[in-house]
Amino acid sequence: MPDSSPARIFIKGNEAIALGALNAGLKCYFGYPITPQNEIPEYLSKELVDRGGQFVQAESELAAASMLLGATAAGVRAMTSSSSPGISLKQEAISYMAGSELPAVIVNMARGGPGLGDIGPSQGDYFQAVKGGGHGDYKLLVLAPGTCQEAYDLTIKAFDLAFKYRNPVMILGDAILGQMKESVSPWEPAQPDPDEGASWRLTGAKGRKHRILRSLLLEEGVLAAHNRHLQQKYKEMAQEILIELFEVDDADLVVVGYGSIGRIAKSAVRKLRKEGLKVGLARPVTLFPFPAQALRDLAVQGKRFLTIEQNLGQMVEDVRLSIRGVADSDQFSVYPGDLPSPEEFEDPIRNSLGG
Amino acid sequence: MYQEELVFGHPASMTDHYMHYCPGCHHGVAHRILAELLDEMGLADQAIAVSSIGCSVFLYDYYKVDCVEAPHGRAPAAATGVKRARPDNFVFTYQGDGDLASIGMAEIMHCANRGERVSTVFVNNTVYGMTGGQMAPTTMLGQKTTTCPGGRCQEREGSPIRMTELLSQLGGVAYAARVAVNNVKNVKKAKEAMRKAFQAQLEDRGFGFVEILAACPTNWKMTPIEANERIASELIPYFPLGVFKDVSQEEAC
Repeated sequence: MPDSSPARIFIKGNEAIALGALNAGLKCYFGYPITPQNEIPEYLSKELVDRGGQFVQAESELAAASMLLGATAAGVRAMTSSSSPGISLKQEAISYMAGSELPAVIVNMARGGPGLGDIGPSQGDYFQAVKGGGHGDYKLLVLAPGTCQEAYDLTIKAFDLAFKYRNPVMILGDAILGQMKESVSPWEPAQPDPDEGASWRLTGAKGRKHRILRSLLLEEGVLAAHNRHLQQKYKEMAQEILIELFEVDDADLVVVGYGSIGRIAKSAVRKLRKEGLKVGLARPVTLFPFPAQALRDLAVQGKRFLTIEQNLGQMVEDVRLSIRGVADSDQFSVYPGDLPSPEEFEDPIRNSLGG
Repeated sequence: MYQEELVFGHPASMTDHYMHYCPGCHHGVAHRILAELLDEMGLADQAIAVSSIGCSVFLYDYYKVDCVEAPHGRAPAAATGVKRARPDNFVFTYQGDGDLASIGMAEIMHCANRGERVSTVFVNNTVYGMTGGQMAPTTMLGQKTTTCPGGRCQEREGSPIRMTELLSQLGGVAYAARVAVNNVKNVKKAKEAMRKAFQAQLEDRGFGFVEILAACPTNWKMTPIEANERIASELIPYFPLGVFKDVSQEEAC
């Protein structure tokens, strides 16, 4: 029985991101091969070029990220993608783009680390994504999809947010999301305003004063003023917070997990609910800005917390900061590279609920 | 009573910003040639510059031209991004020897090899100027710097890299030349070389590259005149001047 919606297609998470970017008006893509994200450049090397865009396989991740800096300075919708070791190399230009306020979209389909690690799933790049990642005081907007549909939706949102705030946006997925195939309904967003970025983008100085996009601010007081401006902007991003809350109303214990792990935790929560256990799930979708108030509101209601993540304890620090003075959070680690099942989360949830 | 008459000014595409360069530094000459060409070729209002890291980092203060600042060595990559996004604009980088030939070696080679329609002005003064005179990839053998105080030694630090010769081997390069600005005759030749490198972009032929042998009297511990003389006596014999590749001439043959 075919689905009634003709638009549903069966694609990998990586392809959903690539298609989302195309439909969001992507004009330039710059990348360098690394597993497990190769479907993104492979897909765009044909589809983006067919739509009249520019695809460049760069000589390195360093170069790809600086190409992205150039294209976004020109004010077009542009993107790069990579996986953990490659994202480390891109931090140089990401810091410059944050400082120069450029609307770049960066995809990290994370893999196990540290070092070369493995090519399995991991959330070991949480700190790198949400605390800045490169040098200096800056933030990226960080979006963490849990399904292929959400990967498509959030990629489109990423471009809108990048231009709204003149700030780099990171999509933080993992090897599970990238390599998983699911049904996706690829809706068509409104095309970007052709005047997007018109007040700052570089087009040549014809008919106006020339513009400079830079992060070097040597004159006394200028850098401080710039950092005040950036911090104010990061505060305003709080209005973009997204979080999925599932069965939390009467829950005694709230499991906090994001991305693929949040989705697997949801299966565990659903199963334990059927057994009568009062557990719920909070799945942050924006990792920066972090849904601190939503978690705090739950803490005030007397709920306990268990943070489950595929790293050795990173997001749990933000959970604890969110609920500090009211409650605390247990933490359960899935080791990077492993493929967890919902059953593995049941005992940790029972233990926290009983404790 | 006498009347003052301004008989010489800066090119229209330059700003009135004071220059930070040291006395006798050749960046000022190179900047002026670039500005004259932007004016003569009508490029100032369609140009997008990509500045680099080093003494020329303040390039954007001196031109009435849109500019984006690239990380150290990455100007050719950033220029690739600008040009791919805005193919109708004239895009150029301006880089020193530490930026281009050391940390940015990969970016310049691959930008050139792809035949990006961008132009690069490469100022080779054989030393890291901005950071205080450290050894560069183009530092001459025996030349003393703050990080090779005994003089550059081939056994330890390798030989000075001839970038124009390397780049002229790459398929995407339409024009590659080395010039100097140590005397009037060479300044005129430098300007013509830069004009041809820019034309390679404007006529969609490929990547254009001009290396300028330049003086850094401060870090060479020389007077400006001694520095000029060093270019003729030491640099040019090792870094020969001339056009190493010109696709437009090959096509004409």
